[in-house]
Amino acid sequence: MQTDSPPVEATGLAKRFGKVVAVESVDFRVGPGEVVGLLGGNGAGKTTTMSMLMGVLIPTAGTARVFGVDANRRDPATLARINFSSPYVEMPGRLTVAENLEVYARLFGVRRPAERIRALARDLDLEPLLGRMTRTLSAGQKSRAALAKSLINAPDLLLLDEPTASLDPDTADWIRRYLEDYQAATGAAILLASHNMPEVERLCDEVLIMRAGRIVDRGSPAALIARHGRRTMEEVFLDIARGTGADARLEAQP
Amino acid sequence: MRLVESGREAPSLSAARRIGALALRHYYLFRGSWTRVVELFYWPLMQILLWGFISQFFQQHSSLIAQAGGLLMAGVLLWDVMFRGQLGVSVSLLEELWSRNLGQMFVSPLRPVELAAALMVVSLARTFVGLLPAALAAWLFYAFAITDMGPGLIAFFFLLLAFSWAIGLAVCALLLRNGLGAENLAWVTVFGIAPISAVYYPVTTLPDWLQPVALALPSAHVFEGMRAVMLEGRFDWGHFAWAAGLDVVAFGAALALFLWAYETARRDGRLLSGGE
Repeated sequence: MQTDSPPVEATGLAKRFGKVVAVESVDFRVGPGEVVGLLGGNGAGKTTTMSMLMGVLIPTAGTARVFGVDANRRDPATLARINFSSPYVEMPGRLTVAENLEVYARLFGVRRPAERIRALARDLDLEPLLGRMTRTLSAGQKSRAALAKSLINAPDLLLLDEPTASLDPDTADWIRRYLEDYQAATGAAILLASHNMPEVERLCDEVLIMRAGRIVDRGSPAALIARHGRRTMEEVFLDIARGTGADARLEAQP
Repeated sequence: MRLVESGREAPSLSAARRIGALALRHYYLFRGSWTRVVELFYWPLMQILLWGFISQFFQQHSSLIAQAGGLLMAGVLLWDVMFRGQLGVSVSLLEELWSRNLGQMFVSPLRPVELAAALMVVSLARTFVGLLPAALAAWLFYAFAITDMGPGLIAFFFLLLAFSWAIGLAVCALLLRNGLGAENLAWVTVFGIAPISAVYYPVTTLPDWLQPVALALPSAHVFEGMRAVMLEGRFDWGHFAWAAGLDVVAFGAALALFLWAYETARRDGRLLSGGE
């Protein structure tokens, strides 16, 4: 991991689609080696925020800096240091897993694609799947292939949009453990959008909670739980989503 | 669990490598799909067989039209350069939209102009694969060798290909702007140009008011040039210059349109949403 500007620095970041406000003036930072969770209900603005960080969506206002470079510039050297995974974005189904990984390795400028694919396949138990058409994989296998794609360039910043959505508990736990080990070994920063609260408690150093395009609360999972007087992040999330949290109860008192 | 330690060396930032990666993606797609390969050459082959028989009939029944045999088959083959070239660009982009892969590709150092270059590389390969069997069939069944056109053939081929890429990029711009709702345009756009491209008849056959419109297209100049070679045995430099100049204008405009559509897709959030 190179030591330079923070992996992510968002300042006044906003996105409007016509009259719809998707993200409204958010400020946050992901430091080197940090794992930051991005929580919020559907439509809270998590994916929109990530898209702006990846340079595939132009902000209406504010800036998203990735390793000190404006993401909107789509600087190839910066993009070569990040990667992304989401169950809602697929790899071509009619290519084998190995073919897909090779294409992505070359897109990211990986020097020795074959060696990198072999190493990832070994680590992610993908060896028996390398020759299979991607469309024939099960959901769990697809998730592992998508994880391999997101690690193909050994990114310094990994953006994960619900990486364990719709996976069985065993596969989901396996992926979380792999991410923990990858982060510990490489010092990569991770921005994780998730609806799985135990996952967030386990992986994240800091959590940003979004509602209607705004960051409405932030802190470490332990600090958030303590501040809201709850036992789990799940309860904190429900409080914020339903407006029934400690703050709301205090406000409701005469 | 063993941790991956490979892949930590500085990446290559070569644009050629990224263009090659996308060309490789389409090579893998064709390698694993025989139906796509058959589709490449099926229609050109059927066209040349059909027009070959029609030409033979003309040759046997009229000395005046005897020369038309070669003209029709050359027209069919060169027109297919236009058709295949345009499809090669726009259908290759459609493959990315169908597989919901476009957004993910752009979460990499890939630039839009590199995507355009890769689409053209793929188009060139698809056009060759599609037309070679048809050209061979014309030679085997009707003793018509397209190579008899000489060096002019190379000029005609690339002039038509450049125009087909311009049309293909313009269609890609519509796909980026309107998503898969514009899919049908990928298949039909080039046919709208056929009647005024003077493929099988001279531009003078068209109504007077339509002739300037035809002559504003590079394709009409190419087909006029083709007839000059086949009927008069001369290479018409005037038509060549017009075709080349108009190609530059059309290609420049189409590339600008493509880049503009890409920026609007980035602005409106269509890159990651799959293009529907």
